[in-house]
Amino acid sequence: MITAGVDVGNKYTKVVVMKDGQVLSKYMVLSGFDQQQAAEEAYTRALAEAGVAREEVRCVLATGAGKGAVTFANDTITEVGADAKGAVFLFPSGRTIIDVGAEEGRAIKCDEKGRIVDFAINEKCAAGAGSFTEAMARALEVPLEEMGPLALQSSKVIPMNAQCAVFAESEVVSLIHSRVTKEDISKAVHDAIASRIISMARRVGVEKDLVMTGGVGRNVGFVKALGEGLEMAVLVPGEPEYVSALGAALAAAERAAG
Amino acid sequence: MFANYGYKDGSGEFFISVDTGRCAGCPDKGCVEACPEQVLEVITDDYDDQVIAVREEHRKKIKYSCAPCKPTGGTKEIPCVAACRLGGLRHSW
Amino acid sequence: MVVNQADKPKEYWRWTEYNWFDPSRDWRKAKIISGGVDVGSVSTQAVIMLDGELYAYSNMRTGSDSPDSAIKAMKWAMENTGMKMEDLTYTVGTGYGRVNVPFANKTVTEIACHARGANYMYGSTVRTVLDMGGQDCKAIRCDEKGKVVSFLMNDKCAAGTGRGMEVFANLLAVSIEEVGEMSLQVEKEPPPVSSTCVVFAKTEATGLLRAGWPKERVLAAYCSAMAHRVVSLLERNGVERDFAITGGIAKNIGVVSRIEKELNLKALKPRYDTQIAGALGAALFAKALVEKGKG
Repeated sequence: MITAGVDVGNKYTKVVVMKDGQVLSKYMVLSGFDQQQAAEEAYTRALAEAGVAREEVRCVLATGAGKGAVTFANDTITEVGADAKGAVFLFPSGRTIIDVGAEEGRAIKCDEKGRIVDFAINEKCAAGAGSFTEAMARALEVPLEEMGPLALQSSKVIPMNAQCAVFAESEVVSLIHSRVTKEDISKAVHDAIASRIISMARRVGVEKDLVMTGGVGRNVGFVKALGEGLEMAVLVPGEPEYVSALGAALAAAERAAG
Repeated sequence: MFANYGYKDGSGEFFISVDTGRCAGCPDKGCVEACPEQVLEVITDDYDDQVIAVREEHRKKIKYSCAPCKPTGGTKEIPCVAACRLGGLRHSW
Repeated sequence: MVVNQADKPKEYWRWTEYNWFDPSRDWRKAKIISGGVDVGSVSTQAVIMLDGELYAYSNMRTGSDSPDSAIKAMKWAMENTGMKMEDLTYTVGTGYGRVNVPFANKTVTEIACHARGANYMYGSTVRTVLDMGGQDCKAIRCDEKGKVVSFLMNDKCAAGTGRGMEVFANLLAVSIEEVGEMSLQVEKEPPPVSSTCVVFAKTEATGLLRAGWPKERVLAAYCSAMAHRVVSLLERNGVERDFAITGGIAKNIGVVSRIEKELNLKALKPRYDTQIAGALGAALFAKALVEKGKG
């Protein structure tokens, strides 16, 4: 049976096409301002890559902030539901999932079947999401993907006072003026966002194993800060940004099977 | 005076309100000790009253500072509010 | 004639600095010369009062060095008056950088100073003061003496502050001094920008521009979002007549008129520069302290 999951995030739209528990293809496009078009494009491309015709797909589930824009989906699934399902599929020992995307951060506690026990969400504030790192990268004049590796080269602890991405940009600029290195600033940025995510995660209670998903999972600086803060190993899948779409595709298979 | 410390951002409203009229008359200020995160302190305000306030370093992050006392699972009593016998302390969230 | 202004990126957020003094009065005849300095994160104001009456003030951008900004502002307020720093009887520092006013005899919080300053500027009937500064927003209720009854300050988040407006001025390439007026040039009020967070609101506005919205409409949507946010803070603290708005954004007619509309309450017309409320309150505290013998 072939199913698909579509995750329309604030920044990227991801599609996973699966057949009998195996991933056939993945595709990702920028969500842009027309989410419906982005979903259509990503889906068409993913199907082409998998060599599958539309009518062969039994069930499509949409998730993510823009899930309502996926007109071709059979139904939707909550972001936390998709997250947990995908994460436990990849790491069966996962009990706590931390998902940090561009505009949202989530901490989810689940059981061995990927069913949700509890969760907490930080949304609508850039300080608790990937956008924070992005804004700081701009202030530092460093490409976003270099922020993580830069942070790894520092071991200094510099507290950041600003709790708002806009104010933190000015703080970064003044740190640059006072000759703090880019490495140290980058670490301070990741420590700051990780501490916010950690206190959110502690509200749900953090249990082993800890899985990190979402695009920010690619950021080694953040993952390190998270692991150190929680004093716990962090399991990160190879392509953390696809976990929700994968979870949606898995849930689609369960629903189609009835 | 009602002193509101905290903030409102996109994710919600997070304020700790102190009724300084009641607080000034409290001899022991048990709330300060009751807080496991040392969020509160005793200050002399602009009108020379001895009252409690949220420490400066916590004012912009009380959502996070107070998180340990607000687990998602249970609505257990907030220690600082429970310690205030005069009803002079309130959390908005 | 075509003027090429593209050589240097224009700083749309930059506003004009200024100073003022009353040449009709002689400070040498005053018994108490009290000073007030409000070192904000964005701007610094200095006020000089002669026996409790406003005499001189200045308003300038806060530099990277707060003590230096405080001295500069006070010296600028004294410009052309013949006054020197040592002529000040007593000075109170306030604002975010209040601990960095080297010549201040005492510091007082900005909440207490704003209430006191508004009481002087708008009269004793003022009960609610909204101060919208560069990096914060304060809602204050006070009594007929300018004593604070309740307050709420939001300095964690850029939404609802001058800084948020600066981000939009830059994004739309419109001078900060013109955004208010421009936001009123719409036939019908658009729905407010839905994101509170300035970072997300900026993304949203970029989308609106791409969808063909004129700048005026985008500004209207942002000003109304800001007004809505500020009103919700005011209401949490309680709103009573009379109502006054201070701070830099009090000069933004686009935000002020929308706050008035949402509250269904007119703000008192300012008789003084709205940005000096904090420094003025500080100078009033300074005078009172001298009189109480604490000076």
